[in-house]
Amino acid sequence: MDNPQTTGAVSGAHYAFVFSISLLLWLLLSGSLAWEEVALGAFVSLMITLLFGPRFTIYNGIKFSFMAPLYVLLYLLHFFKELIKANFELAMRVLTPSLPIRPEMVEIKTTLESPLGRMLLANSITLTPGTLSVDVTGDTILVHWVYCPPGTDAKQATDAIAASFERHIKRFLK
Amino acid sequence: MNIIGDIFLVIGAVFIALGGLGLLRMPDVYNRIHAGTKAVTLGSLSVLLGIALLHPTWWPKLVVIAGFLLFTNPVAASIIARAAKISGIKPWRAEEQGGE
Repeated sequence: MDNPQTTGAVSGAHYAFVFSISLLLWLLLSGSLAWEEVALGAFVSLMITLLFGPRFTIYNGIKFSFMAPLYVLLYLLHFFKELIKANFELAMRVLTPSLPIRPEMVEIKTTLESPLGRMLLANSITLTPGTLSVDVTGDTILVHWVYCPPGTDAKQATDAIAASFERHIKRFLK
Repeated sequence: MNIIGDIFLVIGAVFIALGGLGLLRMPDVYNRIHAGTKAVTLGSLSVLLGIALLHPTWWPKLVVIAGFLLFTNPVAASIIARAAKISGIKPWRAEEQGGE
């Protein structure tokens, strides 16, 4: 990708961030605070940070602020609500004998700029009612929609599929 | 607590079974991916929640597994759909197949 955010210079804070994430993941997976475990985890995290640190720039899209954790939580709540709704809708479609589907490929536009933001939006679209992200090119996401109302254009599709997620994601990602 | 954990395990299994049924019933690859991704993601999360209630000490690991599932499942689904699109599979359309 030739996105400027994946090629910019990286700072010391960035290395510290990658290191803490790696170490946190290690501690959660090992589930132990014995000093040997922590020391080994710190060593492995350091190696990962030194080797791959400059490539982990995908996290650059995060907007750090005091409110960010709250926004992430709000996003997750909204996401789980939609995920459960999606499953009941899918179960209804699968169990209905006439199989009420009317699939269509629609293109939607996003105003998110960072790769992480776009990826999170595409993931959210995939897991929510009746939609599946097929391809992301620039600011356009190609979506396969299981039940597309007749005569829907790109603007309406964007509003129906992506708008609510975009609003949530925008508060903590660029 | 054990009962609630068991209930979540059963709910998860039901959703995964519905995902399997969806795979059988849907007409083309894109619709099958819908069934396979959504139902199985929520089903797995429900199973993980059930396990967490049955074995409270496993919480941290289960949360990490749930996070990985949530991040990787939709990516895998999108990649399969993208590969299908690039290899030229046309989406199934309700109008064309009519009364079949």
